[in-house]
Amino acid sequence: MSATEPEETPGDGPVLDPTRAGRQFSASEFGRSWGSLVGIGLFALVLLVVAPALLSDFRLNNLGKYCCWAIVAVGIGLAWGRGGMLVMGQGVFFALGAYAMAMHLTLESGGPDSIPVFMILYDPLAPLPAFWEPFRSGAFTIIAVVVAPVVVAGVLGFAIFKRRVKGAYFAILSQALAVALAYLIGGTIKLTGGDTGLSDFKFFFGYDLNDPANKRFIYTIVAGLLVVCLLVAWQLYRSRFGELLVATRDAEERVRFLGHDPANIKLVAFVVAAVMASIGGALFVPIAGIISPKEIGAAASIFMLAGAAFGGRASLFGPVLGALLLGYGRSTLSESIQDGWIYVLALLFIFVTLLLPAGIASLPGRINNYVASKRAPSQRGTA
Amino acid sequence: MESLIAPFLNGTADGALLLIAALGLALTFGQMGVINMAHGEFLLAGAVCAYWTQQVVSNTDLSILIALPVAFLVAGALGLLLEVTIIQWMYDRPLDTLLATVGVSLALQQIFLQKYPSGVPVEKPSLLDGQLDIFGYAWPLRQVFTIVLALACLAGLGAMLKYTSFGRRIRATVQNRALAETLGVATRNVDRITFFVGSGLAGVGGVAASLIGGTNSQLGTRYIILAFLVVVAGGLGQLRGAVIAAWTVGVVTAYLADWTTGSLAQVITFVLVVIFLQVKPQGLFTVRTRGLA
Repeated sequence: MSATEPEETPGDGPVLDPTRAGRQFSASEFGRSWGSLVGIGLFALVLLVVAPALLSDFRLNNLGKYCCWAIVAVGIGLAWGRGGMLVMGQGVFFALGAYAMAMHLTLESGGPDSIPVFMILYDPLAPLPAFWEPFRSGAFTIIAVVVAPVVVAGVLGFAIFKRRVKGAYFAILSQALAVALAYLIGGTIKLTGGDTGLSDFKFFFGYDLNDPANKRFIYTIVAGLLVVCLLVAWQLYRSRFGELLVATRDAEERVRFLGHDPANIKLVAFVVAAVMASIGGALFVPIAGIISPKEIGAAASIFMLAGAAFGGRASLFGPVLGALLLGYGRSTLSESIQDGWIYVLALLFIFVTLLLPAGIASLPGRINNYVASKRAPSQRGTA
Repeated sequence: MESLIAPFLNGTADGALLLIAALGLALTFGQMGVINMAHGEFLLAGAVCAYWTQQVVSNTDLSILIALPVAFLVAGALGLLLEVTIIQWMYDRPLDTLLATVGVSLALQQIFLQKYPSGVPVEKPSLLDGQLDIFGYAWPLRQVFTIVLALACLAGLGAMLKYTSFGRRIRATVQNRALAETLGVATRNVDRITFFVGSGLAGVGGVAASLIGGTNSQLGTRYIILAFLVVVAGGLGQLRGAVIAAWTVGVVTAYLADWTTGSLAQVITFVLVVIFLQVKPQGLFTVRTRGLA
């Protein structure tokens, strides 16, 4: 097998249109991109106004959890759907945000100068590990949630993309990192809580986490950030950068011959996706109330990917809707049929990749085409 | 640990197991370019076959010998089924084979988990109960058996690729599919049989795995990523590269586990392989092509 990937089939998201080179005004293009903005507005209305009005505290909190996965999925849509990088290890960046937040919440719940309970259990006299210390500060935590993934994804991505590692190699490499990190956290029980993870958070930046009103407000923050991420993705997709990214996905060598460095283009998309995963992870912690290696390992990373694959990775709304639906499916189906949920997920993977590679977002277009193809011959027949 | 050589020997045995898993992948991934994430679950199928034959044949020595071909056939048949139902539609979409087979792997794992929630208890054969005394370390014969098995698989596969007409057809199809077809090679049949053999090897590896450690639903997950890394690090489609990489990974992990802890050793090995791939992205041995990048 040669290292170059076969070009993606057309119909898998927007294809470069040579006539757009001069950025001339086009009515249909205008409608398409601003239509998406209207879509985001409607989506924001549903998430921020309708859902809180209709749902109970418990359901709203669950929806918040799905929104965290949806934030990760927006990033996956950018990196994988538009950039062609199959990021199978987003759990790594999810973990960066989640553990930063969890460490802060653990320290905060214990009060000033406290040492986490699980550490005292192992060694009552152990000092707080040095890398925990800065997370006493809420400001540092918030900065870390954004900066840590930028640094990690930046260094990783730079090394990987400059060496022109791509396709399946990239996918396996990124999955290996998620597996390794899950092992690492599971194995360093005295430093990170190990496989049990971190839980029992009482306060969120000074506010009581047991107060349902506060929980509802955290949901609003999550939903708001999801909308912001969608806006960022929308702007990126319609920018020059978005076009270059799609061009890199479809014909990396041609982009290189045109004088751009594909590695830099991919790097930006990879870093943005990592930051989104980290934000999703950070907000997951106060909502779910626990973070453990189970939430970041290989299976969890694949679950994050499944949402984008199912919804339609190259479209703007596909990954979000896919992630929300899968999150809902995971919690409701795993309650009612338990083990059956795994089969549903497995079948979804198989059938979506086999029959609907562009996800449910491509369904309307497909139905339109189907209807048109049915109608066209019959019209000709009656005429 | 009682001796310096113990991790070396244990690591060699673990590397041998990894090699059997990687050999199958070298065929399906290295030669055909198909990323079969369910390959690890074919190991699991092999372990189940070892358990089944023990239910029928009570002599543990005999049953293991019978289990080897049975596991090869069963895992091979599973692979063939996978090829015919799913993979054959996706040869031009390698990343999609990855996703679809992730689904298959999830389902197979869950089936195993429901049927055997606590894993399959494979009895160790009495003939392999003994130990070999090497520099004062009592080396379990079971590990020696794994190494012998890995070498046999390697020799068999290498000889098949090099000397048989079928092996020639595989290599021809890999190097230039269109030309091979022009010369009358039925490339679709070659695909299917290659997949059968590659998956069957995983079954054989599963039998060996069931002798060494416990067999639970996570068996496949434990080996699959490392096996993929071994194949990539060795150089795609290069058997000698896979041998060196698997052996190195096995021994290095064993020594690291001795010095630190088991899970930390896994992490360091992963990171080392990833760093190695930064230095040599094409692996140890490369087939030079004129393709870009």
